[in-house]
Amino acid sequence: MRWVCLLFPRLALEGALRRRPDPGAPFALIDGPPPRQCIRAANRAARERGVRPGQALGFAEALCDSLETAPFDAESVERWRRRLAAWAYGFSAQVSLHYPHALVFEIASSLDLLGPWPRLEARLRAELGELGFSHRLVIAPNPAAARVLVNVHDGLAVDESGLEAALAGLRLDRAGLASLDADRDIVQTLTRSGFQRLGELFALPRSALARRFGGRLMRHLGELRGEWPLALDYHRPTPRFSRTFAFDQPVHAIAGLAFPLKRLLQELSLFLIGQDAGVERFRVTFELEDGPPQTVEIGLLSVQRDPETLLELTRAHLERVRLVGPVMALTLFAPRLSDYAPTRRELLEGPARQAQAWAALHQRLVARLGESALRPLVEHREYRPEKAVLNGLGPRARDASAGPPRPGWLVPAPQRCDGDVVQLLAGPERIESGWWDGGDIRRDYYLAQWVDGRHAWVWCEPGRQGWYLHGWFG
Amino acid sequence: MSSLETLLDSRQVWRAQTGTASDHGEAIASGHAELDALLPGGGWPPAAVSELLSSGAGNGELALLWPVLSRMTRQGRPIVLISPPGAPYPAAWRQAGVALGQCHWLEVQGREALWAAEQCLRAGCCGAVMAWLPQADSRLMRRLQVAAASGNTLAFVHRPLVKVAEASPAPLRLRLHRHAELEVLKCRGGLVSSRRIAFGGGT
Repeated sequence: MRWVCLLFPRLALEGALRRRPDPGAPFALIDGPPPRQCIRAANRAARERGVRPGQALGFAEALCDSLETAPFDAESVERWRRRLAAWAYGFSAQVSLHYPHALVFEIASSLDLLGPWPRLEARLRAELGELGFSHRLVIAPNPAAARVLVNVHDGLAVDESGLEAALAGLRLDRAGLASLDADRDIVQTLTRSGFQRLGELFALPRSALARRFGGRLMRHLGELRGEWPLALDYHRPTPRFSRTFAFDQPVHAIAGLAFPLKRLLQELSLFLIGQDAGVERFRVTFELEDGPPQTVEIGLLSVQRDPETLLELTRAHLERVRLVGPVMALTLFAPRLSDYAPTRRELLEGPARQAQAWAALHQRLVARLGESALRPLVEHREYRPEKAVLNGLGPRARDASAGPPRPGWLVPAPQRCDGDVVQLLAGPERIESGWWDGGDIRRDYYLAQWVDGRHAWVWCEPGRQGWYLHGWFG
Repeated sequence: MSSLETLLDSRQVWRAQTGTASDHGEAIASGHAELDALLPGGGWPPAAVSELLSSGAGNGELALLWPVLSRMTRQGRPIVLISPPGAPYPAAWRQAGVALGQCHWLEVQGREALWAAEQCLRAGCCGAVMAWLPQADSRLMRRLQVAAASGNTLAFVHRPLVKVAEASPAPLRLRLHRHAELEVLKCRGGLVSSRRIAFGGGT
């Protein structure tokens, strides 16, 4: 078993920065009751201007007048940790949030698939870098050891044989002992007794150590060395996705929603990759300043998860939407995930590639123009021209029989045209049908020459006056 | 002689007939022998807009295009009709040899029709795109021409007769006359003759 521990030293700050359009601008998280707020964390731009954690808010604002702040929110830190757990779920089935500020997951069973450790490490770091989270990581034979080693190391990989040596070098105050016993300060007692490093504890007789400090210390040391099994609660993925992006100021135009939408869809895509799933439909909800929220349902023709594709299709959908009022928050909700089968591009040649391109074009046209605009050409076994062509009534014709000539174009509604017909060239063809559904017709159709020489399809009702134009022979 | 070369080099004079091969490969046979004989390369210019000017539906545009459309659809390539003048009658199209499964038509108006035409041309997966765009001006025709070239797609744009006098970037412009005759108004790389060509057809 090999466990990776990821430590996120600036999770609160970086989580909040992800929601800001310009992460490079001076920004700080503040904490504490209103009159005595102080800086809890500051980004690079703010630190360069002298803003430091612990400073009073007023002092920090005096140092950097363009400083923007947001209150520290422990709840949102937890949310980000769960989101990162969902991301890590793409690499391992055993992801645990047992340790605060950190994520541990088992990787040995995935190494066959995801390549040797150095390659996987590079991939983890690249993906976290893209998400904008600074991190430290360590791989060790058990989760407890990985967690304490990440306190002082970054990029360390130890196996069973090297574990004892790596742990022995740890200073006692960095070895996770402080949280063991709330009543007694174990670390202080040990340092006063002259112990500096974990290795010196390992050298002591266990019975003496247990008598002096109790079972908890022994258990912790056992967990670090992998002698005690550690039962962790594992992260279980949720089957749906819901994220909200709240705005500082109301947004009035769809264009102003482009950035938050991009971020949310990126997170959706990441969530989907972690679960090896895709979405077929999702919902965008605009929380309005006044009035009930406005909802846009977005349906895709096929299961998708690529962020670029999702963004393009969502944009096309939103182009047809008018905002009812100023938007205060944007929520993306995918109630159901679908199985996703990635297309193997490299295997596609000629016709298959073309079919894929056609499917993409079809999707694009339908997204913008609506489902009813793009129509197939289907021949129905129905004699009444309007019903067959315009309403798509009747069963599909299967045999390719010749049949009487039909015009290439059908005029949407028959037009009265008494003076325009010069000569009847062929006909009549009686079409009489439809008494059972109330739309019965009784017409004699002719191929006729129009005044300007074109060939038209005209009809008259037997026994009545009046010609009607119903189609053109192209 | 040298003065003529100078003029050609300075691009003040263009050669009417500059070889038959275009940048985008073979021309696509129209299926009408007399028309093919006249067009450079022996067919419709591929990856370009061919403009058809007529007084309205029923001027032989289907008889002119059905041969190439039926060939395209039988090869399994989709064709798209954008805002046609009427509903295409499936039975007639099938009788003309078109594989209906590959035919699609879009009933859209105004700007959406232009957008759809450009998208279909750019996607590069359609066998042919036919659009009825009375609203298109010269600038939009250029856009479509660029889209057709980048998507390497055969395009036919139908426009009303009032646009005959308007300049157009389409490499081929044909005017349809009654009784299944046409006149070549402009033909890049070919000779324009005022002679009317009969292209036959069923009507």
